[in-house]
Amino acid sequence: MSDERPLVGVAAVSLLFGVMLQIVPLPAMLADLRPDWLLLILVYWCLTTPSRFGLSLAFVLGLVLDTLTGALLGQHALAMLLVVLVALKFRLRVRVFPMAQMMIAILVLLTIYQFTLFWIDGVTGRTVDPAARWQPLVTGTAAWPLVFWLLNRARRDAGPQPIRLD
Amino acid sequence: MNRRTESVGPSRGLPLGVRFFLLAGLAAGLMVADQRQQHLDTVRNTLAVALYPVQAAVDLPFAAWHWSTTTLSSRRALLEEIDTLRRRNLDSHVRLQRLDALEAENARLRAMMESSARVADRVLVAEILAVDMDPYRHRFTINKGERHRVYVGQALLDADGIMGQIVRVQPFTAEAILISDADHALPVTVNRNGLRTIATGTGDTDRLSLPFLPNSADIREGDLLVSSGLGGAFPSGYPVGRISRVERRPGDGFASVDMEPLAALNRAREVLLVWSQTANGELPEPSPEADLQPQTDPLPDAPPNGDAQ
Repeated sequence: MSDERPLVGVAAVSLLFGVMLQIVPLPAMLADLRPDWLLLILVYWCLTTPSRFGLSLAFVLGLVLDTLTGALLGQHALAMLLVVLVALKFRLRVRVFPMAQMMIAILVLLTIYQFTLFWIDGVTGRTVDPAARWQPLVTGTAAWPLVFWLLNRARRDAGPQPIRLD
Repeated sequence: MNRRTESVGPSRGLPLGVRFFLLAGLAAGLMVADQRQQHLDTVRNTLAVALYPVQAAVDLPFAAWHWSTTTLSSRRALLEEIDTLRRRNLDSHVRLQRLDALEAENARLRAMMESSARVADRVLVAEILAVDMDPYRHRFTINKGERHRVYVGQALLDADGIMGQIVRVQPFTAEAILISDADHALPVTVNRNGLRTIATGTGDTDRLSLPFLPNSADIREGDLLVSSGLGGAFPSGYPVGRISRVERRPGDGFASVDMEPLAALNRAREVLLVWSQTANGELPEPSPEADLQPQTDPLPDAPPNGDAQ
């Protein structure tokens, strides 16, 4: 087993960056289009390094998002848990997908995420606008190649990794 | 590497599905407790304090930009601004002279009618943090919190009118909801004739709706609406908006009436927190910083009985 500390450091920085992207103010026109950055980054780390990042991290990051967005405490946590569960279950297959197919998988994951949030909003009696809910799916899927490429580079630069045959 | 430890992650022994159900159950429990209100304040406050540096870091470039545009603006622009402000100040002073007399007269009349006098409100300036929250709701965070004695339900104004109210208070920050949020409603009266109704948010910052006005209601475009103070959340008498559209539909019982809010709901950076008289007549003590009260000392010895109507 090699030292994984630089890798964890890179992941922590990328996740912090993701949290900031989630709350950075956008013009009202673009606010509805904001991709779910934090979820994309989390999914990347769960797909590539499941021995380190998984459900517990999803739970904690979900609570962070709940606090920052003023949502019901546990709402984003539950949605992220679901997504990470699915991602971990299918990760061996998703990892060898070509990019186009991988983006379809990401679209499915984002749909699970947004639907869970939407459903909880509905159950707890908050007013929701179903039309606006679809926009992050499109932008999130479109943002995936960028996230994937950037994080792949960062992960490679984090130092020599053991060759994994998984 | 066998398949199990690999997909389980940091091999804690528990299979993935079991860990998922434990954590999901925890999340569901949190949601139920949070929906039932106020059981989770400590959890939320701890998280909020821990995350405040992140919010501050995101806000920093915007605050720096704000600071530099004011500090580095040209001499001419500053002189122009001083000029307009001076003119506006003069204008408000002229109005204030009449206000003093009117306030005294109002107090006398109210005393005659044995209703309680209005206590002057106290205000504190807060800044909106440049961080976005849920895009589907009109919420924002301000940089004053429990430490400044901000309380839940407190009204927020800007220079032109009512903006919203505080919905959650954390040690250093507070979350507020705009009057344009689709879940928000605000009791108002028409300034011209005292007609009382309720203004609800539409999810659009330029438009509020007045759904409970009958076709026969005396209301027309351009009417000024002020807060009525009923319900006790908002102080009474502050401007809210102007009627922008009245459509009387003969088939329906209610007219379709829209109002345009006066406050700059999506442009303001500075907001005013108001400490007003609460329903039972006590004035919550604001923080020591709230010394921004010009010449309006609370009227002494308000008759304690009677309602505000």
